[in-house]
Amino acid sequence: MIVTPGWYMALAAVLFVIGMSGILLRRNALVMFMSVELMLNAVNLTFVAAGRELRLIEGQISMLFVMVVAAAEVVVGLAIIVAVFRRRQTASVDDLAELHG
Amino acid sequence: MSTSLLVSLIVLLPLAGTAVLLAFGRRLGEPLAGIVGTVSVVGAFAAACVASMDFITGTGGTETVRWFSWLPALGVDLELRWDALASLMAMVVTGVGALIHVYSIGYMHGDARFPRFFAYLNLFVTSMLILVLANGFAVMFIGWELVGLSSYLLISFWFERDSAAAAGKKAFVVNRVGDVGFIVALMLIFSVFGSLSFDDVLGQAPDLLSEGMATAIGLLLFVGAAGKSAQLPLYVWLPDAMEGPTPVSALIHAATMVTAGVYLIARTAIIFEIGPAAAAVVAIVGAATALFAATIAVAQSDIKRVLAYSTISQLGFMFLAVGAAAHVAGVFHLMTHAFFKALLFLGAGAVIHGMSGEQDMGRMGGLRKAMPLTFATMGIGWLAIAGIPPFAGFWSKDEILASVFGMGGMWVVLWAMGMVAALLTAFYMTRMMWRTFFGAPRWADGTHPHDPPASMKLPLVVLAAFAVVAGLINTPWKLGLEHFLAPVFSGVHLTHPPVGSILWTLAAIAVAVAVIGIALGIRRYRAEHAEDSGAWALMNRGYYVDDVYGEVFARTGKLGAAWLAFRFDAKVIDGLVEGTGSLTRRVATAVRPLQTGFVRTYSVGIVIGSVALLVWFLVRGGVV
Repeated sequence: MIVTPGWYMALAAVLFVIGMSGILLRRNALVMFMSVELMLNAVNLTFVAAGRELRLIEGQISMLFVMVVAAAEVVVGLAIIVAVFRRRQTASVDDLAELHG
Repeated sequence: MSTSLLVSLIVLLPLAGTAVLLAFGRRLGEPLAGIVGTVSVVGAFAAACVASMDFITGTGGTETVRWFSWLPALGVDLELRWDALASLMAMVVTGVGALIHVYSIGYMHGDARFPRFFAYLNLFVTSMLILVLANGFAVMFIGWELVGLSSYLLISFWFERDSAAAAGKKAFVVNRVGDVGFIVALMLIFSVFGSLSFDDVLGQAPDLLSEGMATAIGLLLFVGAAGKSAQLPLYVWLPDAMEGPTPVSALIHAATMVTAGVYLIARTAIIFEIGPAAAAVVAIVGAATALFAATIAVAQSDIKRVLAYSTISQLGFMFLAVGAAAHVAGVFHLMTHAFFKALLFLGAGAVIHGMSGEQDMGRMGGLRKAMPLTFATMGIGWLAIAGIPPFAGFWSKDEILASVFGMGGMWVVLWAMGMVAALLTAFYMTRMMWRTFFGAPRWADGTHPHDPPASMKLPLVVLAAFAVVAGLINTPWKLGLEHFLAPVFSGVHLTHPPVGSILWTLAAIAVAVAVIGIALGIRRYRAEHAEDSGAWALMNRGYYVDDVYGEVFARTGKLGAAWLAFRFDAKVIDGLVEGTGSLTRRVATAVRPLQTGFVRTYSVGIVIGSVALLVWFLVRGGVV
């Protein structure tokens, strides 16, 4: 069986939907965070696959950018989560709804 | 010096005086500020006299002095016009003005704002000179408005008194009513001629102006003139203007500013010739004002208010003259009136000064021995205004009435009204003289009447001399002023008094009327005379015109303002402003629940949005 780009795309779609489901369904901030990472990497997969198929280096460059930004985001995000947890003894996002209208 | 330089100096000297006094007046102090003010006006008078020489010898032509281009888009230049009429007005304004400046040095002695007073006086003289020397309606309008401003400043000079502040405001507002007419007239003139310069307008009027348009412009100009010159129905500000210091009453509200309207109509004589209906209205209003104001003057107890109503009445005579196209007679009376009315006002000021501020004739009486010079000079003014020959007033008033009579027809009615007004004039002036100078003293305790200081005596004597001789410049057998002004009215058909026996009969009637008026006055006021009849009260209150105006205009205005302030503003304007706020607030309340504060709600929104965008792109790209 030959692995065509379509397979990569399908895998990326599956990963993306899993990540999205995690965001929409879970309440734990840490798990939601991991879901975000999953979605980002699903997109990275499409970039790399498309870049390889089209013989373009930009696909890989974009992937590297996304990874760097994601790493930075993780640093800030985890720090926030830790700070919230220290104060409230919880990581559930539903308890953090003070900004409701 | 060239004429154009001299003419410029006439305006620039008082202007410089104003600037110096405003900037350094306080430092100059008393009496130096007064001297600076006086010198600037005397200088202007000298310049005016020198520049007028050519007109007096009969060799002068109209000269224009162009300063600069002011509004190029409308073709308006800042230009002065020097012709016989302008020169006469300039000489009267600066001549009488200079004398009143001298008088003010004595009268305003000790006033806390002495320098400021002279700054305002100089500003007034400057404004009036701009008005009479302007070569076009636009520049004239500057003077017209500046005159109103300086009049306001001077009437309410003693603004600590509420009545003075209110009188200034009243004068300003009533003048503004007239100004509306003037401005609309200017617009009409510009729409017809495409220019506001006198050269264009007066020169092309016979070709470009239809009778209807001329009537409209004439009537609107007259509205402006009636406001400035205190004619029916806009005269109400002038009696109240007596709240100002007496020299102001003499200069502005007797001799100069109030004659601006007469000057305006004489200047635009050609327009009134093309629109005779407007001229008839001017004459009728003039005659009515002359008679109406004279009856009110009969019953005033305040010496200055007698003179104020007398001024309105005399201005009525001038309007009667210019309305009848007897422009020379009107300007002649303007000039003689400037002398004798300034004299009477300054005399009244001397009386008030000597009586320590008392203005009520009920507390005067018997002053002729205490103030002989004041009595003598005011006596000359009295005979002049009453129309006793050979004093100045006789010649001019008689020329007006004779000219009006000579027109025949309905004009004889106006002549009769003028005659009755003249009779009343002689009567009320006699009443004033007798109540003030004759009979037993009715002074308040502690008053020591005395003649004024020298600086006030000098103007009285000079003006008295003019009040005697000024009439001789235009007697029926030597028409000096007529020839002097002839070039100005060259394109206009002037009304002249009839000649021969009619003239002499009319003159005899006029003298008889004056003598009868004086005799009646003496007879009635020789002894103490109670004044308490109903008619007297009615006239004393000026037929309640002020009260009616107060009810009709002031109250309606106040009601309207109150409605605007407390209804319209509070409900409509505030409603709009507050409505903007409350609408925002309401919309916000409605959409607030959208913000749940739950991160997952927002994520759903993002997902739905992204999917929708994706679908849209796909559909648009034709993929699906």
